[in-house]
Amino acid sequence: MANLAIKATELAKWFGEGDARTMAVKSVSFEAGFGEMLYIVGPSGSGKTTLLSMISGILKPNSGQVLVEDRDIWKMSGDELADFRLNKIGFVFQDYHLFPRLSTVENVALPLILKRRDWKESLRVAHEYLEVVGLAQRASLPPVKLSGGEQQRVAIARAIASRPDILIFDEPTASLDGDTGRKILEFVREHVLSDMRCIVIVTHDSRIFEYAHRIINMEDGRIKGEGHEK
Amino acid sequence: MSGILKIAFKLLVNDKGKFAALLVGITFAVFLMVMMTSMFAGILSRASSTVTNIGARMWVLDPAVNNVSSSIPVPDYVQDAVRSMDGVKYAVPLYSGGAQVKLRNGVYQAVTVIGLDDATLFGRPELMEGKIEDIYAENGFIVVRDAEIRKLGNPRVGSEFEINDHHGVVVGIARANISGLFGIPTLYTTYSRAISYLPSTRFTVSYILVEPKSRSDIPHIKQEVSKLGYQALTDDEFIGKISNFYKYQTGLGINVMLMTAISFIVGLSISGQTFYTFILENLEKFGALKAIGAKGRELVSMILFQAGFTAFLGYGLGVGLASLVIILAKLRMPDYAAQITYLNLGIAFVMVLIIAGISSYIGIRKVIRIEPFDIFRG
Repeated sequence: MANLAIKATELAKWFGEGDARTMAVKSVSFEAGFGEMLYIVGPSGSGKTTLLSMISGILKPNSGQVLVEDRDIWKMSGDELADFRLNKIGFVFQDYHLFPRLSTVENVALPLILKRRDWKESLRVAHEYLEVVGLAQRASLPPVKLSGGEQQRVAIARAIASRPDILIFDEPTASLDGDTGRKILEFVREHVLSDMRCIVIVTHDSRIFEYAHRIINMEDGRIKGEGHEK
Repeated sequence: MSGILKIAFKLLVNDKGKFAALLVGITFAVFLMVMMTSMFAGILSRASSTVTNIGARMWVLDPAVNNVSSSIPVPDYVQDAVRSMDGVKYAVPLYSGGAQVKLRNGVYQAVTVIGLDDATLFGRPELMEGKIEDIYAENGFIVVRDAEIRKLGNPRVGSEFEINDHHGVVVGIARANISGLFGIPTLYTTYSRAISYLPSTRFTVSYILVEPKSRSDIPHIKQEVSKLGYQALTDDEFIGKISNFYKYQTGLGINVMLMTAISFIVGLSISGQTFYTFILENLEKFGALKAIGAKGRELVSMILFQAGFTAFLGYGLGVGLASLVIILAKLRMPDYAAQITYLNLGIAFVMVLIIAGISSYIGIRKVIRIEPFDIFRG
């Protein structure tokens, strides 16, 4: 695959020990490239969120390897891993996890502030990204004053504000109606993917499968199949 | 302020309800701690008022004396012996005792009478009205103008009274550095008049006031006085002895310490619990920040900043409130004994640091333990 972003090899993860051990992910290997929108789908408990956490440097696998831009992320120290997530990965969480006590623009500026960028400069850049997601007029409002779809767009703006190479979406349409969900994915395809990022989306919402370049289907911690939706 | 701390600040102050609860908790605790310790400091200061007002460098006294108002008379030979010691510049007697004054309207009022050495008037107060030499005039007394003077019917120079069936005349009004503890007016007169007007025991010298030739003579004087079976203390040591008596032998110190500890526990409970709730409510957000790339020490610095900011602001408000209450109380009740000292402020500050430390420790433990994976798992 040209411009390989992520290469996961023989990833395995279990929780508990002895008789209580539960295998969440069993020997999973896959690759994802830049400019690709990859879906990981499957029923609840199939291990897709665990897999997503392992490739994004959040959950350490029990075995296997994750290469991001040819670097084994699980050989990094704790601080290096935090820096890796800050600089290389943008997260869009299922519940958005926006700070209700901060304004919308401050929420978007968070990754920039964590990167020690100047406060005013961070807000300026964040404002630009709010314009990209069409919410510049709502910059000063707290996120709780926004609709679910708008909050999702704020979360996307926060994820892309630090210009990461890889974007991780966890169930991006779970809290949205079908129409809003499709609009969000159209927006992502038009504005986010165009920068040749790698986007990995975990979902079980079949209504948005049409936007995927490739779909990995998981079941019982294993990849059961792979296909190309487009 | 760095961006991360600015975020921490906004997270804290924008949660107005919890921020107010935190501030109220710490302010209230500091207020109570400062009030309790200030009242105690005021009591201790007033308990030693005679020592401070007289201003002698050294005091010779019976070792059993533990506060200035309950003196044990010292034999005259001790005074003679002290005067002849090496290193003593001079030594003079002081009378300190209680009496009843009968006012012109027939009312009796308890007073403290200080009898100054006739020859030197050592320890004489600063006069606001009258002349010091008039203390030698027949029946001459000097009244101290403090919060208690009104109990003598606000006398002026020339006012008359009876003391132990003797005639007394006010010949001067003096200023006192510190008022007494028990709300009793103070009269100054000569030593000889004091012992002739007031009933006394076989020995009449309450204390011997000593001026050493130099600071280096003090240990020698102490040693020589102890050979006589008496005790020579510097003014600071005497004040310390009086303080220790009130702290450890009257129950006052334990009571104040208990109240201060209760204030501390109340403050800790309110702020600790509120801060813990604040952290719990933001725990997922802290987890999200960790997932995004915030390092553990950055989250710790955010929590420490939040706890520290609240603690320092609460400390300032608490000290301000206590000061205001003391000022207002003194305006209303001039003999109100409370005094904010650096030690009180220091004690309250340390207590507040402990409150902030424990509150933030609870939060830090939670935040350090949150795994970003938990955020994904929901």
